Amino acid sequence: MNKGIVVTGMGIISALGNSVAENFSALTAGKTGLSYPEFFQTNHSNLPVGEVKFSNEELAGKLNLHEDHIFTRATLFGTIAAKQAIFQASLSKDDLKETGFISGTSVGGMDATEKYYQEYEEKTGQRRFIQAQHPGFTTSQIASYLKLGGYVTTISTACSSSANAIMLGARLIKTGKLKRVVVGGTDCLTKFTLNGFNSLMILSEEFCKAFDDSRNGLNLGEGAAYLVLEADDVLNGKPVLGRILGYGNANDAFHQTASSETGQGAFLAIKKALEIAGLPPEKIDYINAHGTATKNNDLSESTAFLRIFGENVPDFSSTKAFTGHTLAASGGMEAVFSLLALQNDQIFPNLNFEIPMRETGLKPVSELKKKKLLHILSNSFGFGGNCTSLIFSKNEE
Amino acid sequence: MKNKRLYINGISSISAQLGNEVFEGIVTTYHQNIIPAVSQNYKEFIEPMALRRMSRGIKMGITAAKIALNEAGINKPEAIITGTGEGCKQDTDKFLEAILNQDEKLLTPTAFIQSTHNTIGGQLAQNLDCTGYNVTYTQNSASFESALIDVQLLFLEQPDLNSVLVGGVDELSEKTTLFMFLDKQLKEKEISNLDLLIKDSPGTITSEGAHFFSISTEKSDKTYAELIDVLVFHAKTSEDVSEKILKWLQLNNYTIQDIDLVILGNNGDNRFDYFYHHLQNGLFSEKAQLAYKHLTGDYKTVSGYAFWLACKLFKTGSTPEILKLNAVTCQNPKIILIYNQYLGENHSIMILNSN
Repeated sequence: MNKGIVVTGMGIISALGNSVAENFSALTAGKTGLSYPEFFQTNHSNLPVGEVKFSNEELAGKLNLHEDHIFTRATLFGTIAAKQAIFQASLSKDDLKETGFISGTSVGGMDATEKYYQEYEEKTGQRRFIQAQHPGFTTSQIASYLKLGGYVTTISTACSSSANAIMLGARLIKTGKLKRVVVGGTDCLTKFTLNGFNSLMILSEEFCKAFDDSRNGLNLGEGAAYLVLEADDVLNGKPVLGRILGYGNANDAFHQTASSETGQGAFLAIKKALEIAGLPPEKIDYINAHGTATKNNDLSESTAFLRIFGENVPDFSSTKAFTGHTLAASGGMEAVFSLLALQNDQIFPNLNFEIPMRETGLKPVSELKKKKLLHILSNSFGFGGNCTSLIFSKNEE
Repeated sequence: MKNKRLYINGISSISAQLGNEVFEGIVTTYHQNIIPAVSQNYKEFIEPMALRRMSRGIKMGITAAKIALNEAGINKPEAIITGTGEGCKQDTDKFLEAILNQDEKLLTPTAFIQSTHNTIGGQLAQNLDCTGYNVTYTQNSASFESALIDVQLLFLEQPDLNSVLVGGVDELSEKTTLFMFLDKQLKEKEISNLDLLIKDSPGTITSEGAHFFSISTEKSDKTYAELIDVLVFHAKTSEDVSEKILKWLQLNNYTIQDIDLVILGNNGDNRFDYFYHHLQNGLFSEKAQLAYKHLTGDYKTVSGYAFWLACKLFKTGSTPEILKLNAVTCQNPKIILIYNQYLGENHSIMILNSN
């Protein structure tokens, strides 16, 4: 079996807004979602973040949750975004019973753990959150709220988690194991990750400048994004948002947190994705880059571009300066952005870019650009050397 | 696409019991509800400099992976798929406590770097210099099973793959594991592990471990078993479970009569063991029934031990008394079914064939 993989629904909540439409309007207006923490409690309030401007109470209200619910912030985001995607794909109750759910998250319910860690032993009130720390708990809760009855699992490969979730969903459809699956990821801002990245000295105090020679680090973000994938033989004439033609996963096998100089993991992931898609490199019209704006990532990723595409590197941009780096959710969000780019024949700009890196001279697209787009490559790379590339394509008969 | 047959050619187990001892009638008894795994000679597998910084989970994972690969005669697998229910908790606790105690100041990154769930998968890639497919699953008690499902998928897509390394790892940590007493996952009173299945009380006992397997489409003289299929499913009632098992056996062209022996995940929690009891008294009443969590404790990837046990049972042909749940005996089982759930969720079944 070799079934085509079609995207029929997408949903997103990010610093740019709580719907695909709100995200699209910010992307086309070149309006960043970066700001300073209002809901997220941290001493590092000088650091810009891509924060979703709703409190947990407001988010829980949108889902009509009971007061004693066990939804951590990532679970709230995930449920809201996946619900939008399911609504757009208009999946029926019967469809949902057999629809799978594959979610990526890095720290799951860590926000609750860091809030209650020191009081669990003394007080009984919040102990229902003890299990909520674990990523699988987040996923199970979203699946249960949305009544998704198929295969449910969680992938945690740091910042490539949701790209891997999309890839697994695509593979399950292609091999005929599932007809429908909701895929993507969710992560919220936590002290744990913010301080972790800060201790690695890779957070910038400015709005991030991906691929710029003077880039000095990333900004963290939060949110969730999910797609509904279906096999093309179960569509019944449903509108198609795009297709997944290719995917590739490789490990850089170099260092736990740094990417290799040669960009080997990225190179292999892109190469495999092109092979699966059956496309030569020159067919890629645009790359939604991982582009975190750290010195290390952007150089390593650029090197991989040069190795794959030679002198003809396609148009590329990083959308991290819009949303911040949303870690495990970033692959899902950038999948939504890639599909929006395909649908509208528009490339969203790489904000804050001024001067090309001296090592490569590569210039990202820095203004909104109209262009006919057929195939888009989207990259996600994570700690642990986990690199994943996806290829989204226009639905053309 | 037709499934190629998948053979398990190398296995390893690090748990609260020492390797093969259970097959020699030797069982380690503990009088505590949180039981550390038996320490290994990690230096044999990991460089001393690197070893110093590693948490137990990373040490156990790399060691178990290398033992399984050595056994199968594989230097470098083509893919590495890891399952971990709760990830690298020791470094997570360590970094979180530093943040809270130092008010987000003067933090060093080592614990953070090693805290991510994919640390072990990433370390294995580096250690084995393996740039191939690499993913980490973390779906509570179905994490190891999720990894196995991906193994099946990978071979289905790439039938000429030579070998895939798959495993499950979980470690204890001081705080997060202690919290399991607070939300009643663990038994309130300390018990002897060997009494686990006869206590009528809520909660269980927990531990840690690593189980890795080298899987290939080629059968060799080392082959332990053939992996037939794996299913992770949702079930509300024990009737649901029986129904799912029957349906799934049918999908694999098996009937209940084909199953010789079942390994069940009974963990002594009187709130949820009815899922097992229902099968013991129903669908599996005439099968040889084994349990193992009174030896290993319960943790999110402990079904890796059941998987290892099945492989060993095929090789040895006889069943250690300590594992038996009923009087039905089974010499030289041909087909073994493993069923597990935790707190009524993340149900899973795995079938292996002695081939």
